[in-house]
Amino acid sequence: MTTATPSLAPLPEATAGTSAFAEIGQETLALTRRLFLQLFRRPSTLVAGVLQPLIWLVLFGALFAKAPEGLLPGGGSYGRFLGAGVIVFTAFSAALNAGLPVMFDREFGFLNRLLVAPLRSRSSIVLASVLYITSLSLVQSLAIVATAALLGYGWPGAAGLVLVMITLLLLVFAVTALSLGLAFALPGHIELIAVIFVANLPLLFASTALAPLSFMPAWLGWLAALNPLTFAIEPIRSAYAGTFQLNHIASDVVLKAPYGSLTAVGCLAILAALALGLFLAIRPLLDRKLT
Amino acid sequence: MIELQHLSKRFGTGRKSAPVQALDHFSLAVPAGCLYGLLGPNGAGKTTALRIVATLLAPDAGSVRVAGLDALSNPRGVRRLLGYVAQEVAIDKILTGRELLALQGDLYHLNRSERDSRIAELIALLGMAEWIDRRCGGYSGGMRRRLDLSAGLLHRPQVLVLDEPTVGLDIESRNAIWQVLRQLRDQGTTVLLSSHYLEEVDALANRLAIVEAGRVIAEGTPSELKGALGGDRVTLRVREFSDEAEASRVSTLLEHCEGVRQVVINRAQGHSLNLVVENAAVVDRLRHQLEAAQVPVFALSQSRASLDDVYLQATGRTLMDAELAVAGQRDPKAERKQAMR
Repeated sequence: MTTATPSLAPLPEATAGTSAFAEIGQETLALTRRLFLQLFRRPSTLVAGVLQPLIWLVLFGALFAKAPEGLLPGGGSYGRFLGAGVIVFTAFSAALNAGLPVMFDREFGFLNRLLVAPLRSRSSIVLASVLYITSLSLVQSLAIVATAALLGYGWPGAAGLVLVMITLLLLVFAVTALSLGLAFALPGHIELIAVIFVANLPLLFASTALAPLSFMPAWLGWLAALNPLTFAIEPIRSAYAGTFQLNHIASDVVLKAPYGSLTAVGCLAILAALALGLFLAIRPLLDRKLT
Repeated sequence: MIELQHLSKRFGTGRKSAPVQALDHFSLAVPAGCLYGLLGPNGAGKTTALRIVATLLAPDAGSVRVAGLDALSNPRGVRRLLGYVAQEVAIDKILTGRELLALQGDLYHLNRSERDSRIAELIALLGMAEWIDRRCGGYSGGMRRRLDLSAGLLHRPQVLVLDEPTVGLDIESRNAIWQVLRQLRDQGTTVLLSSHYLEEVDALANRLAIVEAGRVIAEGTPSELKGALGGDRVTLRVREFSDEAEASRVSTLLEHCEGVRQVVINRAQGHSLNLVVENAAVVDRLRHQLEAAQVPVFALSQSRASLDDVYLQATGRTLMDAELAVAGQRDPKAERKQAMR
């Protein structure tokens, strides 16, 4: 250790120079950067996150390669039908895991480090998670869209691609909010992983990811028609079906549910409402835990 | 600089465990530029008090002022000028030490050049250059503590709060940290630390408070407190292990001896008697008295007042015994849950 140096003297009263926006930006970016560093230094997570959906796409598509033509409503191969399901499910899974890093930070005391710091707004913590998961989902989705194209399952077109991205964004927001809420509500990472584990597959099967509504019995059809995943899948599927037209976005029916028909705009509106609702719902919980 | 008034905090109003009153009308005043020690066994409430000062926790009742700011209504103002070094170092295994410090700098809104130059200063100061660019996961306990300390100092806080800063460290690391703390104090930082090591508090603190069961039971400078004992300390063991009756009898006998200020029975250590006497000459008088009364003497020793004696006089048992008594009652799992937000 060196002898006394000037660097140990405290600063006199801090000068408040920067704006709230700049401060929140600095905090959020730093926290987001940390999440990305965690991802890149654990390449297994990244690889698994990209490989799994691709394997699904290839295997499931191959499974039904010889299914009779016209089996699916609107014709087309099962691979093309499945593409939308895989895209949505991948984004959903990634977002559902958004709460895990937060849960670990809670458990191992890192969150306390954040709470002792003079954060301009503690929503930076939430914002960083959202930014990270959203970027990750978008990259994954682009990878799947590209692979689907390579496998001959179609290409949504430029307008369709925009629709895909917006739909995924809304779904990811909603599910991230849910996951963060769980991360703060549950007592430990074991409980959180258990909930994620149990929620994952049933939500997949009770949606139109793998099969259309017309294949399902009435009860399952109802469940699927109320499943948020379905509201994301159908607009994307319509983009892939080649029937998507931007100027018909509010009039073309994409989902024929037991309770009525929904257009792409209708589906997106539901997803937006869900995202907003979930963020508002978890707000009191976050305030309680983060204050 | 730091004023705590009548803090109360209760834990465990939930289902499983019985409620614990961690703080009970806990009051403290730390003057600016002072290195202040909180001394007490584990479970005395020190960590709870420090976490309240660091604005991690809100008290059930009472007020907290740091540098004139009300920590309860303006926590962010307090956080800007306060650095907190927790008992358990919270690091991110995947980041390097430097990256952790950079993150810390951003959370405290330092601009980039400020942040980087400060990091370089602290690396040089705390001797971290060799390992700072390795991932935190591979750090030893001493390295983690140094990293944690530098994270707390990054923004040049006016107040530094440390919870058991040298627990589990080797002597060299401990002395190094002591050195830094002294230098901080000398250059104007107010340092508040908790410890269950007498030696640490004796060596470092300008003022100290003895904390037991959520209250401050003695407060002052080390010399004031030792002086208040009023003299030298004598320990008398009539037998190797005595009993209450005998101890009471001998105690009554000796109380009236000239020059004896106080007699306390140390029940945890074989009912030995701890006396405070005016000066060394009194010991001879004691010996005569005991001989005359035909009281056997197993051991009779004398020493100047120490912090251990201060603690003993204030609480009725030594610090070590207090720790042992508490050791069985604490539930580390429940405490971890409490620390979790």
